[in-house]
Amino acid sequence: MAFLRRPLLLLLLVTHQFLQLWIASGSVNEEGQKQEEFYEELLLKPLPDRKVLTHFHFQSSAPPSTSNGRHHHLFPKAISQLVQKFRVKEMELSFTQGRWNYESWGGFDSIPSSNAKPPGVELWAVFDVPQHLIDALWKNLTHTLSGLFCASINFLESSTSYSAPEWSFPPALGNLRYGTLPREAVCTENLTPWMKLLPCRDKAGISMLLDRPSIYRGFYHSQRLHLTSTGFSSEGMDLGIILEQTLTVVLQPNIQRASLARTSEKHIQPSWSLSSIFGKEVNGKCVLAETSNVYLLLDRSLVAELKQLHKENEKSAEIVLTSENFWTNSNFELSAKPDRIFIEESSLLSKNSSILYKFEIEKYSEFKPFDLGLTWKIPVGWMCQQAPLHASRFLMGSGNERGAIAISLISTQPSEGSMGANFDGERCELRVDVFQVVPWYVKVYFHSLQVFVDQQPKAVSDIIGTIHVSPSKDKVSPGVMELALKLPCNVSSAALTIEFDKGFLHIDEYPPDANQGFDIPSAIVSFPNFHASMVFLENDYLNKSPLLSKFQEKSPVMSYTEVLLVPLTTPDFSMPYNVITITCTVFALYFGSLLNALRRRVAEEERFLKEKAAKKTGRIPLLLSKLSAKLRGRRPEPPHPPPGSSSLVNSKLVLKVVLVAGLAVCWQYYIS
Amino acid sequence: MAETKEKSHSDEKPKPRVRPIVRLGIFLVSHSFLVSVVCFTSGVLALFLLPVLAKNTYISENALMPGSASPMLSNHHVSDGNRLVKDLTNSNLKSSETGIESHKIIAKYMLDVGAEVSFHKFHPQMNQFHPLHFFSSPDSGKIQENCSCSSYGINTVGIIRAPRGDGKEAIVLVTPYNALTSSFGEVLSLGIAYSVFSLLTQVTWLAKDIIWLVVDSQFGEYAAVSAWLREYQTPKFSSHSTLNAEMCPDINYLFEIKVHSMAGSKFSNSFRRAGTMTAALVLKVRDQSEQFDDTVSIYAEASNGQMPNLDLINVVNYLAVHRQGLRVNVEKLWSLLNSGWLKSLGEIFESLATIAKSLNPKFKFGIPATEYVEGIATLASSLYYQALGVPTGPHGAFRDYQVDAITLEISPKFSLDKVWCSDILLRGGRLIEGVIRSVNNLLEKFHQSFFLYLLTSPSKFVSVGVYMIAFALLIAPLPMVAASLYVDANSSKGDSSFLFAITDTDEHGITIRSWRWLNSAKSVFIVHLWGAIVSLLPYFICQIPDCSPTTSFMIWVLLSILSLLILNLVLASPLACVKASQEKEWALVKSVTISSVFIGLGLMSVINFATAEIGALLMVPMCLLARPLKLDVRVGTLRSCCRIICNLVLGHIAFPPAAFFLFKGMLDGFGSANVGDFWMWVESLWAWNSATYLFIGMVQLPCWVLCVSILFHSC
Repeated sequence: MAFLRRPLLLLLLVTHQFLQLWIASGSVNEEGQKQEEFYEELLLKPLPDRKVLTHFHFQSSAPPSTSNGRHHHLFPKAISQLVQKFRVKEMELSFTQGRWNYESWGGFDSIPSSNAKPPGVELWAVFDVPQHLIDALWKNLTHTLSGLFCASINFLESSTSYSAPEWSFPPALGNLRYGTLPREAVCTENLTPWMKLLPCRDKAGISMLLDRPSIYRGFYHSQRLHLTSTGFSSEGMDLGIILEQTLTVVLQPNIQRASLARTSEKHIQPSWSLSSIFGKEVNGKCVLAETSNVYLLLDRSLVAELKQLHKENEKSAEIVLTSENFWTNSNFELSAKPDRIFIEESSLLSKNSSILYKFEIEKYSEFKPFDLGLTWKIPVGWMCQQAPLHASRFLMGSGNERGAIAISLISTQPSEGSMGANFDGERCELRVDVFQVVPWYVKVYFHSLQVFVDQQPKAVSDIIGTIHVSPSKDKVSPGVMELALKLPCNVSSAALTIEFDKGFLHIDEYPPDANQGFDIPSAIVSFPNFHASMVFLENDYLNKSPLLSKFQEKSPVMSYTEVLLVPLTTPDFSMPYNVITITCTVFALYFGSLLNALRRRVAEEERFLKEKAAKKTGRIPLLLSKLSAKLRGRRPEPPHPPPGSSSLVNSKLVLKVVLVAGLAVCWQYYIS
Repeated sequence: MAETKEKSHSDEKPKPRVRPIVRLGIFLVSHSFLVSVVCFTSGVLALFLLPVLAKNTYISENALMPGSASPMLSNHHVSDGNRLVKDLTNSNLKSSETGIESHKIIAKYMLDVGAEVSFHKFHPQMNQFHPLHFFSSPDSGKIQENCSCSSYGINTVGIIRAPRGDGKEAIVLVTPYNALTSSFGEVLSLGIAYSVFSLLTQVTWLAKDIIWLVVDSQFGEYAAVSAWLREYQTPKFSSHSTLNAEMCPDINYLFEIKVHSMAGSKFSNSFRRAGTMTAALVLKVRDQSEQFDDTVSIYAEASNGQMPNLDLINVVNYLAVHRQGLRVNVEKLWSLLNSGWLKSLGEIFESLATIAKSLNPKFKFGIPATEYVEGIATLASSLYYQALGVPTGPHGAFRDYQVDAITLEISPKFSLDKVWCSDILLRGGRLIEGVIRSVNNLLEKFHQSFFLYLLTSPSKFVSVGVYMIAFALLIAPLPMVAASLYVDANSSKGDSSFLFAITDTDEHGITIRSWRWLNSAKSVFIVHLWGAIVSLLPYFICQIPDCSPTTSFMIWVLLSILSLLILNLVLASPLACVKASQEKEWALVKSVTISSVFIGLGLMSVINFATAEIGALLMVPMCLLARPLKLDVRVGTLRSCCRIICNLVLGHIAFPPAAFFLFKGMLDGFGSANVGDFWMWVESLWAWNSATYLFIGMVQLPCWVLCVSILFHSC
């Protein structure tokens, strides 16, 4: 193997050199124009409940250029074609499995606000075309993406499954379409096409870590594809696209159960390393990437906790956080030396600032693979910063007829009135936007909207600033509700309830697993006054890193609620035949007897018959019957003799039946 | 139609041709006596044949796959459970205010395995009689104004979120636990639940969230479970009671756990939810047992005879018998097991089956006589508990929200000492794990198997299609007899008068005669109205303070008689309206009574089949046989003597209190019977919103009164 490996390595090195030369020449050729770029980054963050958040961030960008024509060096062609064809201005597609635990994993940072997604598939897109063309483009886009990612995104094509939010969805730009498929199962078949968009696939660089079994063993994973295109000019050729691919995975480091049982070690955070959680190491960077970095983020409250511990242990007044030896201190130990340490600018909200360790992959190679490990020495406990209100949604009521959706918002601040984000004079308001899509078979009555603040019922007009409602149309479009709530800052709990009737579907419209119930997609609760951003000192460097510049962007804090399962009335699919026969019989009996009762007049009939009997049968009918008999070529039959008495007929019938039964018994006897 | 017309043309003497269905009807009506005897006896026979006709249960939903995975519950988890048991028993010995202490211990254990924990405080809701509350969906309950701190119950709720699930569905595990007088059985049930719970936090196959609910059973298990469910399904957002709860010192002490436990824990003050509930299991361990084996008893009956899906019982039965080697028990009427006549009936059926088998070896429907007797005993208790309409355990609260639930009661073979403790923990835990695992496999809710069935043994059932036959045969004679009585009463006025009316073409006379039944309908209606009033009376009686059951019952009886008299005076007397000219009045009254009973039984069979079945057994013979005693005495033949005796016996038995005491006497012996018992029984019926109460008040009692009035008819 050793002989083999060396030539291979040589080959690799040669190609590496060649590629670099080639790219350089490319960039030289087009002086003044930016070239296509690719960045790969990985963020690791320990979570309070003994888990680790890993966030892969890959960004490729294609600058606007005319010279390349339709060809790209690094940028995936499929995506650029898609953008050109469907005039996509901005688009995001996410595949998620599991739920983001807002309470223990935090809900305020930019990672949860932009990467915590509802289970299943979520797709939204902004188009750069006139209003009337959008729906057609959306339908084509869903089909294209469906083929591209091996998923049933094409179910979003139907107008009952997507909606057009006006303003409550954060990238509110008009021309937006939004759809979710909560029941979509996410698996490797979706990850592989996503990986194919990367220049190095999973063969080199950070993406080597993407070991399928360990990713799908995680508690949450969400793969996301976000693309922005910068302006369509009239030619339609030169456009810049930024493709951002992220994969957020929450993993639990392997821990021995035996060690867990020891009470002393029970509260210590598990130690982990890249190789222990992914089973792989990084053998150097992807040669096509501009930068290839791994970051370790320590949360604000974690840093505060560590400081506190330091103070208690060593009694030293101040420790130098950025000192070179911080990465191997008495609390924890890092297996690799960070190349750089960033400290967050302390913001208004909290005095504490998070710390970011940067590791450059460039320095590592196959002979010296990068394997970051974190070993805790003492037990630490902390809480992640949460969104001002924790949103949860649930169904109320029971039965197949009606129910209610309730969204409850509970303050996450332990003490009241500490939401000093926007104090303006005496009236302090907390704005909460709620965006809720309900399928048409859940017929929501918007007039039944009730608002409770601190367990007191409030008038809807007092609390709701703006409301935009588009009622659902049966089998055409879903109902959309956008609300802007103005809650007092010291609110401790708020609740919204809205009642609905459960609709009936046509038998064709039921999915194969109709008895599971029907999903109501997640509602989006966003806090426009709060922005999740992390501003680090030493800005000059950070602009080069897309991940960190993403952190610095001011994005509103957003959270998704749970998906709800509404049991609807379902027919018994297994016996349609029985149902049809029984129904038909009942109908026949009913209408038959009804018609008889309405139409027949028994007394008159009797009288009529009696009159007939009294009169002799007329001549003409007799003649007519004779004539008809002659025409048929038979001799005129004598009038029928009156049939024997009914008892005789009955006895004959009984005799026949007995005969047949006897024959059957004999037959049965001889056969056996 | 055209053909018949032509025929009538050609016929010399055209006859009104009656359609066969009408002819059949006329035939049946004219032979109504024979038909009713045949139908009734065959109905009773069909009821006794049910254990023979019972089919073996099978798991209908393929997704359940019970027992296909080997149990993962190991000794390690059992030792976890043992630790909890030990801690709880120690805390019981140690401190006096164990109530709060043991809740804290349970919550701490739940937190240790990484579950979300919350406490749910509730007021036990007193069962109150709401006249219009029957069949209505459970509401969120009244806000009680003055609730002291002492009357709070605390449910501890632990939730495991499925690691990769989407949180749309949940499985509930309930263990009742009374912290004040905790028996060892209750503690052991907590131990079993905890060992399963600690296993479920680690497994990877979980697709649905698991809720472990430790209900505070000091105010009754059902009340606690239904309080939690009410909060879960129909919460009140504008209540003050939760605020009050915060002020109680005990409860504040409870919430100190938040401070004590490590930071970042998942303890929360607010009510926690998981998605739609798929199934619920209530787990109990019995302290003493008189069984010779480790047994699991299954209780499934919920309010108004609703049953959980048969698949849930099948899964438990399959796993308990074939995997854990436990014996499975369903309720039986033990007193029937020793009855000789049932045994001989079983032997008759057995011998018939052997004869049938000798004729054709393919006929295999016989069951041994002992099995038959057991089947009948189980069937009878199944019918009885369904008919009562009172849930047999806390699982009944779930059924009110359309959640399939059963109670499992494990009764160990030996007295519970430490050695056998872990054995029970292991086997019970594995049973619960297996059930949860197979429910977890479900993609859809339970819908595949039966909801309407009667059990004749844990592994045998009678489905609705079979047991309906017995009931249909029982009530089939009613409309025929009613029709024949009507025809009789109208025509037997004397053929001469009928002819006279026709020939005279006295239209007025005809109409009067044909509408005469309205008079008797009015009297029947009055009696039914009286029945409705009687069933409303307990609402007012129970408002009287300090009333013993006996006195309330007496008041009720007095008021009922009084109201009957008043109604008679005010509106019209059902008895006094008899005129000399209408000597067949009683026949019309009987005919209308029978039709109203038929309607009542038919309606009841839709609401609660078992009640209708038992009611039909009592009321059908009474209605059919009712005939003025005077007439029979006048005739004085053997047949009429028999009829008099039957009438008198039935007239006594079918009176609801008499029937109750008779039944109670058969079960417990007549020594302990007390007049107040009936009042208590009735109180429990309306407390549980049982439709049986309405049936007794509005169908059976009026029917009895009408029949008695027919018996004493003066003609």
